[in-house]
Amino acid sequence: MDLFRSQVLICGGTGCTSSGSPELIRLFEEKIRDVGLDKEVKVVRTGCFGLCEMGPIVIVYPEGAFYSHIKPENVDEIVNEHLLKGRIVRHLLCREAVEQQGATKSLDEVDFYKKQKRVALRNCGVIDPERIDEYIAFDGYKALAKVLTEMTPQQVIDTIKASGLRGRGGAGFPTGTKWQFAANSVSDQKYVCCNADEGDPGAFMDRSILEGDPNAVIEAMAIAGYAIGANQGYIYVRAEYPIAVKRLQVAIREAREYGLLGKNILDTGFDFDLDIRLGAGAFVCGEETALMQSIEGKRGEPRPRPPFPAVKGLFDQPTILNNVETYANVPQIILKGPEWFSSMGTEKSKGTKVFALGGKIKNTGLVEIPMGTTLREIIYDIGGGCPNGKKFKAAQTGGPSGGCIPASLLDTPIDYDNLIAIGSMMGSGGMIVMDEDNCMVDIARFFLDFTVDESCGKCPPCRIGTRRMLEILERITEGKGEDGDIEKLETLAKNIKASALCGLGQTAPNPVLSTLRYFRDEYEAHIYEKRCPAGHCKKLLKYTIDPALCKGCSLCSKVCPVGAISGEIRKPFVIDSSKCIKCGACMEKCRFNAISRK
Amino acid sequence: MKSIKDLEAIRQRTLDEVNLRNDRHGIRVVVGMGTCGISAGARPVMMEFVEEIKRRGVKDAMVTQTGCIGVCRLEPMVEVYMPGQEKVTYVLMNPEKVARVVGEHLINGRPVTEYTIGYVEAQEAQGK
Repeated sequence: MDLFRSQVLICGGTGCTSSGSPELIRLFEEKIRDVGLDKEVKVVRTGCFGLCEMGPIVIVYPEGAFYSHIKPENVDEIVNEHLLKGRIVRHLLCREAVEQQGATKSLDEVDFYKKQKRVALRNCGVIDPERIDEYIAFDGYKALAKVLTEMTPQQVIDTIKASGLRGRGGAGFPTGTKWQFAANSVSDQKYVCCNADEGDPGAFMDRSILEGDPNAVIEAMAIAGYAIGANQGYIYVRAEYPIAVKRLQVAIREAREYGLLGKNILDTGFDFDLDIRLGAGAFVCGEETALMQSIEGKRGEPRPRPPFPAVKGLFDQPTILNNVETYANVPQIILKGPEWFSSMGTEKSKGTKVFALGGKIKNTGLVEIPMGTTLREIIYDIGGGCPNGKKFKAAQTGGPSGGCIPASLLDTPIDYDNLIAIGSMMGSGGMIVMDEDNCMVDIARFFLDFTVDESCGKCPPCRIGTRRMLEILERITEGKGEDGDIEKLETLAKNIKASALCGLGQTAPNPVLSTLRYFRDEYEAHIYEKRCPAGHCKKLLKYTIDPALCKGCSLCSKVCPVGAISGEIRKPFVIDSSKCIKCGACMEKCRFNAISRK
Repeated sequence: MKSIKDLEAIRQRTLDEVNLRNDRHGIRVVVGMGTCGISAGARPVMMEFVEEIKRRGVKDAMVTQTGCIGVCRLEPMVEVYMPGQEKVTYVLMNPEKVARVVGEHLINGRPVTEYTIGYVEAQEAQGK
């Protein structure tokens, strides 16, 4: 008997025969012959399966996929998808069979994955990042071979331009245009740099790409080098990412051994090499001019632009600087063509974007979605919503430079321009989800606290202005807010945005402005009513004992560390708010839920 | 390597090893070793797979690492690719769970349903 890799079992029992299985057998045989699988797949007519109500029934082995209610028009799909491509046609599966299995066994089938589209992350979680062979097996370095042998530098730039790729680091500048500027600059030495100084709180997209697929970035940098006429590249990566650094080092070493970096790459006469520079964790070094200063070994401080790096960058030579995720898209664009890339996304934002989901969300993790996906899809369909049944309040994107998006704007399609329009920004892709327990004034204070710490101090608006804003916010969260504070914040924010030297200062007021825009009532409650609606700001909380529920057991007064609770046994106790330090110990101890916090 | 032909040769050579379809040869066990996986305890899980496979004498099995798969919440994650089977994703792994996966899945071809992503997520949903 011949061996077949797969068998299609079609029920030939009375029930299924009367619901049309003989026709199915004929169609399967015909279609399988058409696609040339008749040597590999065998169609078998079987006896009754006992589930005549669901007939006609078709079972495909070895997977044991159990299809029910199959009609002649479904045959094409099963043959093409399942037999030819090996993908089970889930929507035709018998529903009970799916449930009986109890669980989908592979990640690809869970909701979290279904709405994603993986381009920059395509190899992450699939290949061994420390083996260049595996990268090559998935078409790695094929794009580099293609540009070196079949394309002129200008054709490479035109391809990137046509794809509509925009910088994934946050600002969204068109990548092809940036490359064109650098290519047009005349100089005998040019540089290609990669910004892997990922610093936004809660963001880890770039780290994951470097850890999961370092060769994609290396290949793209070599392509960029060819396009603009550079033969040296630098990857600026934070020292806090030891695994990413190690895997980059391994990848660079392997690429050199294979001659994919170094002199005369693939015998085409093109030279390109790479070095890693470690950043010491200063947030401002993610700003392009500060980053280049830091690579040069100087203190990481921004300088005014122009001249832009494409004209005068690293070591005063023409330089391009792109983000890790931007590079990770490049080899795919070269191989699959700009039309493929621009078919994804919205009119002005093409392709996909990686987001790091964090905060009050069930599926904390990394997702890649086509531009134009709504926030609702990301947070509910992919992220699984807020845990513990809490209500979604806002999503923060863009880190300390971005803003908060309220629940009313959940249906906004995510792209660069829409996010700017609603007072936030794409940023590098951190997305922090907040629920009803988060105080928006405190969130603004948190981000401003971060920028005040990270301000390099070179320009006064950022050094002094953000500090003043932080002081006002601290006062508000401590219950010492005054009439006029909101207006002061707005004036300061406007002036800092207009006068700060670099992107860090110019965007630092954004978290305050966006929370003021959508959650002004929370600021007002803090200032005028000395109340934190989310119950978060400690100094504004008040603990009280409900006399109707208190049994007078005295437990609370025993745990109170400052002796603020007094009373007589078996009679309701009271809390002296002037002594209370709001530690919450009494509330935890009370057995009758008599103590409340407001 | 000096030519595109050499590049293509490497590609062909490695292709079956990384073949993720079910017509592959040999078993591939992939452990998520991004920062998230490592901090959740992926390293002892990987070492245990290596040891257990050696102890049970499983032929033609390869244990390898990869980067962040995205579901950091459920790390350590391990994906098993078997010839003739769909990929199986195990989540919240620990060294104690490894022996069962090797014995039941790698040797006898029956995935350990209780450790798979779909099962764990369904349990979580019911727990609510």
